[in-house]
Amino acid sequence: MRRMSFGQATVDAMRSAMREDDRVVVLGEDISWGGNFGQFRGLLDEFGPDRVIDMPISEAIIMAVTVGAAVTGLRPVASMSFVEFTLGAMDEIVNQAAKFRYMFGGQVSVPLVLRASDGVLRSSAGQHSSSLEGLFTHLPGLKVVAPSNPADARGLLRAAIADDDPVVYLENKRITAKRGPVPAGDHVVPLGSAAVRREGSDLTIVTYSVMTLHAEKACSSLAEMGIEAELIDLRSLVPLDLDTVLSSVARTGRVVVAHEAWEFGGFGAEVVSAITGQAFDRLRAAPVRVGAAQAPIPFSPPLERAVVPGSDELVAAAREVMGLT
Amino acid sequence: MSLTENMSPGLALGIHRTMVRIRVFESRVEELFKAGKLPGFVHTYIGQEAIAAGVCAALDRNDYITSTHRGHGHAIAKGMELGPIMAELYGKATGACRGRGGSMHVADFSVGMLGANGIVAGGLGIAAGAALSARYRGTHQVAVGFFGDGGINKGTFHEALNFAATHRLGVVFVCENNQYAQFTSRLRTTSVEDLSVRASAYGIPGITVDGNDAAATYREALEAVGRARDGGGPTLLNMETYRFGGHYVGDAEVYRASAEVEARRQADPILRWERTLTDEALMTAGLGEAVWAEAADEVSAAVRFAEESPHPDGGTALENVFTQVC
Ligand SMILES: Cc1ncc(C[n+]2csc(CCOP(=O)(O)OP(=O)(O)O)c2C)c(N)n1
Ligand SMILES: [Mg+2]
Repeated sequence: MRRMSFGQATVDAMRSAMREDDRVVVLGEDISWGGNFGQFRGLLDEFGPDRVIDMPISEAIIMAVTVGAAVTGLRPVASMSFVEFTLGAMDEIVNQAAKFRYMFGGQVSVPLVLRASDGVLRSSAGQHSSSLEGLFTHLPGLKVVAPSNPADARGLLRAAIADDDPVVYLENKRITAKRGPVPAGDHVVPLGSAAVRREGSDLTIVTYSVMTLHAEKACSSLAEMGIEAELIDLRSLVPLDLDTVLSSVARTGRVVVAHEAWEFGGFGAEVVSAITGQAFDRLRAAPVRVGAAQAPIPFSPPLERAVVPGSDELVAAAREVMGLT
Repeated sequence: MSLTENMSPGLALGIHRTMVRIRVFESRVEELFKAGKLPGFVHTYIGQEAIAAGVCAALDRNDYITSTHRGHGHAIAKGMELGPIMAELYGKATGACRGRGGSMHVADFSVGMLGANGIVAGGLGIAAGAALSARYRGTHQVAVGFFGDGGINKGTFHEALNFAATHRLGVVFVCENNQYAQFTSRLRTTSVEDLSVRASAYGIPGITVDGNDAAATYREALEAVGRARDGGGPTLLNMETYRFGGHYVGDAEVYRASAEVEARRQADPILRWERTLTDEALMTAGLGEAVWAEAADEVSAAVRFAEESPHPDGGTALENVFTQVC
């Protein structure tokens, strides 16, 4: 085991991938300086400017070039520092990257990774705080992962680069600097495998990314109240490991689905819908969802707290699904 | 030739006062941020004051500007009061945007300041839209879109210039070419050395200006704004400058040599303008000092206003998502 931050985990995964396969290149703004969060630091020195490519501030061209390179033999990783900047490249993501393989009858695959930072960090305000995974999971042809700890960050990024389809890798800014243990060697986490973080028999909490950490805290508070929650960290949203979720819900009969993204129309609705569709007769209470209130993320700290959920909201939701409110 | 030839003494001194107010405001913001008083992060305008001050001096109060992530200077030059800007940076209910926006989203539509913007080059098409609207409404208002040397590579820059040029809209595109976009020198990401040549692709005038010379920024802006107002269409102004501070407050600035920064600081636009005004007998030492002292008082009052103001109530967080809560 080694201890490293998410940023170091990214560098580590990138380095392994780039050493192993010279088709792997990385493109982004400020990339030769290590990117906005230092997550590519040192790659230029080892791999040079042909593989670590400084891009102009044009997310559309970053993504278009990435697609073009991916369908002609490279395995590019595109870096967009804040997930909102992907919105300037939506045509390239939605109409090109996601559809090429299918539209062209399977002639070509699009082995690219789009990496972006999302979520709320200390009053970054409306255009630098969003969680947009729901936009990406909605689109057939894109895979989506969102780690909650450095080991998964390393392992999922490694798997994403090795995957032959386009993968959107989303990392919450609030946890990027956090450190954690990472297994030695070339640690890989397969796409589509959820992790059970905590076992419990009273209810199941299904979440991912930063909300997993809030949920761990909530689980401790709930335990003090005599409620034992099972905590599932999805890690990968597409493909989705529904089996792990369903087998837990079959035992607990109660479920809370949570994310930092807006609740309305969010990915959590898809998870709840799958659970009610496939385990309806096992449910002992209506599932409860937790997500951000329906407003752009405000700047001022008291407003931000009012819109964005944390462990308190998770505890309240768990009590609700337990019929304790 | 006198540098202030096309200006009244009042205008020349007014530009000076605006520059000083921006400098003092931004220096205080830097201190407050380092002291942990301001949430989020801040990008200061120090070193670029001659651009906002000169360009906005060429505008009328009801003309429009769109701004950038580095927008405090534009907001001040366009006529916003310091109190509501500072309160916004504090996230207070009395802020210009009621604490919803913060540093990167300062706006005041009543003085034509259509918003600082967290999306690079996000304001340029909006400036073109404001000019389209002004023409339709027959108001002769002009729109200025400020952006940076990094923003010049965004598709929206090219798309906005093409559209504005095709329709001869009353827009002035002001590139504040401070040599860097975050940590990256413009020379690494941009195909041309002189950014003004990009205008030729759209058949509009493109002019490179010494952006640290308030006489030049005002003169070129005045001409471009006049052309815009008279139906002569858009202009691209490439204003060469340098940011004295990091990209944001707290930036370690590993990407540029301190000798380079020192050398560039010698071309301080405010000191330079003070020398000009002194040489041309428009300013005495006493007058200059009074302007700095007044600005310091005004900024202190703005800080006091911000600190004494309440935070917004969390219960109001869902207001203004739509016109009516639904
Ligand atoms: C669309 C978009 N991409 C990337 C960023 C991140 N970013 C913020 S400021 C900046 C550099 C902007 O450089 P420039 O336009 O030269 O303005 P300056 O900061 O020098 O004033 C970048 C890349 C952003 N805010 N928006
Ligand atoms: Mg710049």
